[in-house]
Formats: sequence, C-alpha cells, structure tokens
Amino acid sequence: MSELIELTAAQAAARVRAGELAAAELFEAYRERAAADELNAFVWVAGEPPAERDWGALPLGGVPVAVKDLFCTAGIPSQSGSRILENYRPPYTATVVENLARAGAPLLGKTNQDEFAMGSSNENSAFGPVLNPWDTTRVPGGSSGGSAAAVAAGLAPWAIGTDTGGSIRQPAALCGIVGLKPTYGACSRFGMIAFASSLDQAGPLTRDVTDAALLLAHMVGQDRRDSTSLAFPGPIEPPSARDLRGVRLGVPEELTGAQGGVDPGVRESFDAALRLAEELGASVEPCHLPHAPHALSAYYLIAPAEASANLARFDGVRYGLRLDAGGDLPTMYSRTRAAGFGPEVKRRIMLGTYALSSGYYDAYYGTAQKVRTRISQDFDAAFERFDFIVTPTSPWTAFELGSKTADPLAMYLNDFCTVPMSLAGIPALSIPSGLSDGMPVGLQLAGPAFSESRLLDAAYALEQAIGFDGAPARVAAPPDSAEAWR
Amino acid sequence: MSATAVEYEPVIGLEIHVQLKTRTKMFCGCELSFGDPPNVHTCPVCLGLPGSLPVVNARAIEFGIMIGLAFGCEIAERSIFHRKNYFYPDLPKGYQISQYDIPLCRGGRVGDVRIHRVHLEEDAAKLNHLGHSGRIHSADRSWVDFNRGGTPLVEIVTEPDLRSPEQAREWLTLLRATLKTLGVSDVNMEEGSLRCDANVSVRPAGSSELGTKTELKNMNSFRFLERGVRAEIERQVGLLRAGEPVVQETLHFDPASGTLTPLRSKEEAHDYRYFPEPDLVPVVVSEQMRAAALAALPELPADRAQRFERELGLAGDRARELAFRTELANYYEAALAADGEVDPVQLANWIPALVERIGSSTDPALSRVTPAALATLAGMVSAREVSRDAAREVLTEMVAEGGDPREIVARRGLGALAGDEADLGAIVERALAADPDAAEKVRAGNMKAVGPLVAFVMRETKGRADGGEVTRLIRERLGL
Repeated sequence: MSELIELTAAQAAARVRAGELAAAELFEAYRERAAADELNAFVWVAGEPPAERDWGALPLGGVPVAVKDLFCTAGIPSQSGSRILENYRPPYTATVVENLARAGAPLLGKTNQDEFAMGSSNENSAFGPVLNPWDTTRVPGGSSGGSAAAVAAGLAPWAIGTDTGGSIRQPAALCGIVGLKPTYGACSRFGMIAFASSLDQAGPLTRDVTDAALLLAHMVGQDRRDSTSLAFPGPIEPPSARDLRGVRLGVPEELTGAQGGVDPGVRESFDAALRLAEELGASVEPCHLPHAPHALSAYYLIAPAEASANLARFDGVRYGLRLDAGGDLPTMYSRTRAAGFGPEVKRRIMLGTYALSSGYYDAYYGTAQKVRTRISQDFDAAFERFDFIVTPTSPWTAFELGSKTADPLAMYLNDFCTVPMSLAGIPALSIPSGLSDGMPVGLQLAGPAFSESRLLDAAYALEQAIGFDGAPARVAAPPDSAEAWR
Repeated sequence: MSATAVEYEPVIGLEIHVQLKTRTKMFCGCELSFGDPPNVHTCPVCLGLPGSLPVVNARAIEFGIMIGLAFGCEIAERSIFHRKNYFYPDLPKGYQISQYDIPLCRGGRVGDVRIHRVHLEEDAAKLNHLGHSGRIHSADRSWVDFNRGGTPLVEIVTEPDLRSPEQAREWLTLLRATLKTLGVSDVNMEEGSLRCDANVSVRPAGSSELGTKTELKNMNSFRFLERGVRAEIERQVGLLRAGEPVVQETLHFDPASGTLTPLRSKEEAHDYRYFPEPDLVPVVVSEQMRAAALAALPELPADRAQRFERELGLAGDRARELAFRTELANYYEAALAADGEVDPVQLANWIPALVERIGSSTDPALSRVTPAALATLAGMVSAREVSRDAAREVLTEMVAEGGDPREIVARRGLGALAGDEADLGAIVERALAADPDAAEKVRAGNMKAVGPLVAFVMRETKGRADGGEVTRLIRERLGL
C-alpha cells in the first residue's frame, strides 16, 4: 500500500487509465489514511467509496481529491472553518468541485482551513489548528493549511484550496508542495464561500508541477453562474520543458530586499534556485515593482471591506448558528455573530466596515483601489522586460504554533510577497526550492494573466533541477502531540 | 409682515419603485410570481446561501434601457452595480445589489416633471408580521417569504417639480400609463409592483430656496399618495406658522387613520457603506442594444394624449384622462376602429360613463360592453336616434347583460321622439299647463325654471325625449 501512496496523482491516474490499478483500491488506501489523520488536516472524510464509474475512461482516473472546507459540497458539511456554519450542509456543489468530479476526481474529504480563509497559519480555524507534517510543533501555513498538510503527508493524492492573498502558495511553501493561484477568473468562484470576491481564486495543491497542471486543466473554464469567470485560452498541457533557455526572470528588489525581512535560510535557498535557473539557461536580473511594498496595506483594506459585506449574510435568520435573544432582532444578530465568528474574522469585519464608512471611503477603500491599479501597472511594465517575476513565496519557513498569534501585523507579513500578484489578478505558483533547518522553503514564480501553461513549464524545468524530496513528510510517524491541539 | 400672512408653496419629488415584468429574477433563474405559496420560487442565489453569486438578467437591462429612452434619459454606456449594506431579515445577503454613482439612466422628463435618475436593483423579500400592528417591532412573530426577494426593480427619482398633491397624483397616473405602455411592468399599486415614496417640503411662495424635506413612505394607492402628501403639507405649514422648524425625518403613512408617524430612528439611521459589487462586471450598453430598445418603443401616453387632442379634436383634459390610462385609450381606439362613422369627441364622452358603471379599476375590455357596441350607442345618440338619458339606461343594461344597443332600444321602446314634433309638442303643452308658475318664470327669462318642465316631459315619455329638443320646444311655445 505504501507503494501506492508514493505514486504522484498523475502517475496513479495513468495507471488506472492503463488498467494497471483499480481506482477503488486507490480511493480506499487514501480514505483510510485520511480517516486516521492526526494532523487535523481533515474536517470530514468520505465514509464510503464514490458510485462506481468507468474511471479508466476519465482523464483524472478516479484519483480522489481533498477539498478545502469552504467549497460547497451538496449534503456534506461546508463550514469554511467557522463555528457560525458548523454542520452546515449546502444544497448544491461548487462548480470547480463538479468539474473535477466530472473529469474523474471524486471527493475524498473536506480539509481544515483558517476561518473564512482569513489567516496564514491555520490557527484561526474553529475546528482547531492543523499540524505541519514536517514538524508537528509548527504550523502548515494558511489559509489552505489542511489541503497543504494533507497532500504533504500523503493523506490525499492532491487537493484544492483557495488563494486570496497567498492562501494556496504560502501553505504549499511551508509544507514543501506545489501550489498554484490561477489568473483571477480562470476558475469559477460559484460555490466558494466568499472571503474577498475580487481576489478569491481556486487552485491546486499538489505533490509536483505535473500534478498541478493536470488538476488545473480540469478546474478552469467559464461558468455562466460566475460573471467574473473567463474562458481559459488554450489547453493546459502536461509540462515538459527541460531547460529555461531564453527565459527572462525578474527579481523585484522591493520584495526581496531588506524590506521583505527575508529569513537568511530562505534567502540562501532562493539564491541557490536562481543560480540553478541560470544554469538551465535563464537570465536573472533585478527588476522593480515600485508600488509592491504598499500591496499589503491596500490588501488589508480591500479584502476586509469585501469580507465585511460577504459575511453579513451570516445573521442567524436562515441557516447556521442562531442564538436566542427573546425575540429582539438586533440582539439576536449581535449574539449570533459574537458567538459564531472568531477573533480574526471579527477584526477584519470591523476593519472593513470602518474602511467603507461614510467619510472614510475615499481615504481608505478609494485609495487602496488606486494603489491596486498602480500595482497592476507595475507588473504590466515588468512583463515587458521579463517573462516571469520570481520571489521567495514566504519570508520564512513554517513557524512554531502559537508564536505569531498575539501579533496580527507580524502574521500579515506572511503574505508580503504573495499579495501583490493577488491584487494584480495574475497567476503565481510556489514550488519547493529546498530545505532550511529541515523545513521546506518555497519559490514563487508569477507571470502575466493566463500564462499558466508557460509558468508551469518553467516551474517544471526548475523542479527537475532542484530535485526536492517530499517523502520525509509522508513517512513521518503519526505525531503524539496531535491530541493536545484537539 | 406677520408670519401668518405668509403663503406657502409645496415642493414635491417622488421616488418610485417599479417591479419589472421579466420572466425571472434580477440575479437568478427563479420565476417571478405573485400570490403563490411562500418560498417556492427560491434558489441558493436569491436565498443568499454561502458561495452563491449573482448573474444579471439581460432582459431587465433591456427594460431599463427602454424606460430610459422613453423618458429621454441619457443612457450610461457603462454603469455599475454597488452593494448597499444593511441588516434586515428581508435582505438575505445583508446587502442589496443596487446602483449608486453610475446609474443606468440620468436626466430625462415625463410630462412636466424632470427625471433625476433611473437605476436597477433587486427587491427585498416580503416580511409578514403576526401581531396587531403589522410592523416588526411590535410583532409577535415574523415570517419571511423569499418569493419576492430578487425581483427586478427600477427606482425612478424625479426632480422636485411637483407643486400640489393633486398634481402628484395625476403625474403618477401618467408614469404608470407610460410604464404599462412600455410593457415593462404590471404597475399595480395594490400588489406592490408600483410603490411610491414622496419627498415633501414647503417654502414661502415665490421663494426659490428649498425648505427642509421629509420623506413619506407606505402610500400604496393613488388616493393615499394624495392624502399623505396633503396631510404632510398641512403639518409642515402648521409648524412653520407656529414658528417651529420642520425636522428632516422619514414618516410612515397610516392609511387607516390618515396620519403620519416618524419611523424609529434605529430603522432610519443607516450608513449604507456603498461599494462596487465585486461579483458583477459593469453593464455595457452597446449601440445595438440601444437601437433594439428604441425600435421596441411604442407610442407613449403623453404623445398619445397630444395625438387625441390634435387629430381627434378631444379637449385636453379628456385626452389625458383617456391616454393616461392605457386600457381606456386602447378601448377607445378599438371603438373608433370598429365604427368609421362615429364622432370621436362624442365617443370619448361615453368612456367615463362606462367607467362609472364598471368601476374605475376594471379594464373596460374585460366588461360585457364591446368597443363596437359602445361606438354604436354613441352614434345613435349623435344621430338623435336615442336620447342621452335613454342611452345611459341602455348602457347600464349593456354593462349588466351585454347585448346590442339597437336591439335593447327596440325591445324596450326607448327610441327617441325627437322627430315626432306633434306628439312631443302635445306633451310640452301639457307640461306648461300643469305648471304655469314655472312657465311664467321661464318667459320672464329665468332659464333655471325650465328644469321642472323638462322633467315633466321626460316622465311622460319615459326618458325617450331629447332634452335639448324639449327645451327648444318649450322656448318656442313660450315665444322666446
């Protein structure tokens, strides 16, 4: 069975399609591992195999997928990591999950996450933190921490998450796997419990770049139920580049210099990856994104502003938690929301409400939108000279549980290098570039809108040269400390 | 100059919400309905379930463009939706998707009133409060019916161009007829597909500054609009005459008592925190969309009234009375078409008589009187084949039983006596003999005294005599 677990998802799908592996056997192997999860990566695991289909005829070969809690799945808990949606079972399924099921990836389980995708450590989940399989005293990153930990630990062949300011890329980096945030609009948002609508985007978290390409190919597509979705131009083929000849990489000084506060070990791994890229034929030059240092400030106005409206529907009237208030409506609202939301969610609702308030709108939300436009223009200018922008994904490796929870601003800095791409709506992925003190380091590559295929190709060439080994996280013994966090 | 001597002029602007008659809701595929069991026309989108997203109804945009073109508005090539944030149980997302600083239509005019803007939005769900007051803060329990939630609405805001409650009422009938003619709404105030709020202020006559305004809500009939606005004008003038200021507030009209009560400040003090709706892309109106809407525009009531005046010779009041109620104008034109001989002015005079008999809220096309039959009756009166009074009786029977007016006149022996001067002359002689006092007064020039004499003749002839002819004969006999 451990042999099965060592197959990548694409390899497993190929075997099923070749008739060399029964999809049911694969599903059961992962179902058992997910059910025995001691990382708290899953909040729900399928109790039985999916209805029998001709898996061998489907492109994804019946290789099951772990899905972040915030994707709606009909009849199955979809709680977005929040007490206010505890045991909420939606009547419909998110488009992206439907797309994957149609292509032959049945649902393995729902993964833990920061509440409403707000967080960078998975410590904001109402269902407890997720542990990093590389070191269970450390966080897996967030907000898609459950998906990242499950894939890294081999509890799932692959997973999907969502990225608003780095929520796929950062946990992928901290768990030593591949995470891709597609171009805004590439994947339908229909059925994704919203955090910040103009930024949220679904994407794959996978063991390698090939798996990411395969999963992404079956996630994308215009959806008439999401007006902001777009038709993906051209097919997404399996990546195959052997070198980076002619590829121009830009290293933005604003994100990689002193301002970023990049940890020395991360810096070392990043520099080594750049040298490898040069050896593969790429040119590596410094570049500028002058407004990128303001991205975090703009993001923490825009995202909370949208969230303050998106989360208004959780009012106790129709579904989810409701606290009794003796028939007084405003009291019912405030008691329900006080009990249902965690502190980080409340903090952002208040930030966003304030930023949109009469008299402050122009100064905060209005200015943030202008900054967002400038950041986009910075990228446009950079992509005239460079094919891709490269940065470390996160300024540091996975940190100790509890070490940043008291300081929200320090926690927000996790997203320093990932937020600019989110604001610009452009695709970006993280691949493991190596280890620093035994913990994985992530390298981020970003390209122009809809450059995913080229981006995956470049990442593939680098991945082959880096030769990162994720097996240690998979063979790690079940941690004894897990119970303490339940 | 004492304060009591000041005359005040009302200044009134209206805010009208109109439910559009699209097949489906503004942002989802649920069908529009009225009177169905609660919560049967719902889906994840209009229930505001987590993860659902709105998609704009293209037909609603078309209707919005038609309305804008009909009003002569400037249509925005690119308009955007905003979120209007507030908590209420009838608002499942905690915000209403509406338009804010870039509405679909700006400017324009309907009749004498300038239009400020027209924008698109979604309707809230319907709350039913159990308990004596029918209002939420004293209800025992409240139910939410989401069938209505998400119905497409246009909000029409006028400039403050109205100057009296009567004018406000008449203008609203013109607006209703215009929207009905466009076919974009049922515009039924009782069913809530047309809802009107009023902004009311008063100022010293001749002043060009605006006074402090109040907003009046819940005037859900034409009569209530007129009554509510009149009551508020009286209240404001009373305050000012007493030397007290008008306070800017929102008032709820209670039709039972005819009084206005302030809404609780909690219900009123909103900061809506508008911001652009990130789930939708801008509404782009192409030249083809404009052209298609323009081609679909029918003749509008204001134009129709002018045509009735200009081409058919109707008096202005009568022309507007018919044209501003589309069903009356349609019926009138059907009757004209059915009888090429009938005099349009005479025919028009018979429409109010019909309305009086069938009730003002009934479409005459749905009555037992066919347009052709009414035209026939009007023609018989013009030709003096039947007296006006007898014709009224015939119309009453037609409304009750239907039927052909010629047959009714023949069967009931109501044919006019006008041509038979000998017979009628004899009856007139008897009338003069029966009431010599009246005869003497008429001879002395008091024409009011002719009434009892004419009444005598009418009694004798069972109404078949023509009143004008009888008067002529009386004057003739008296040598006038």
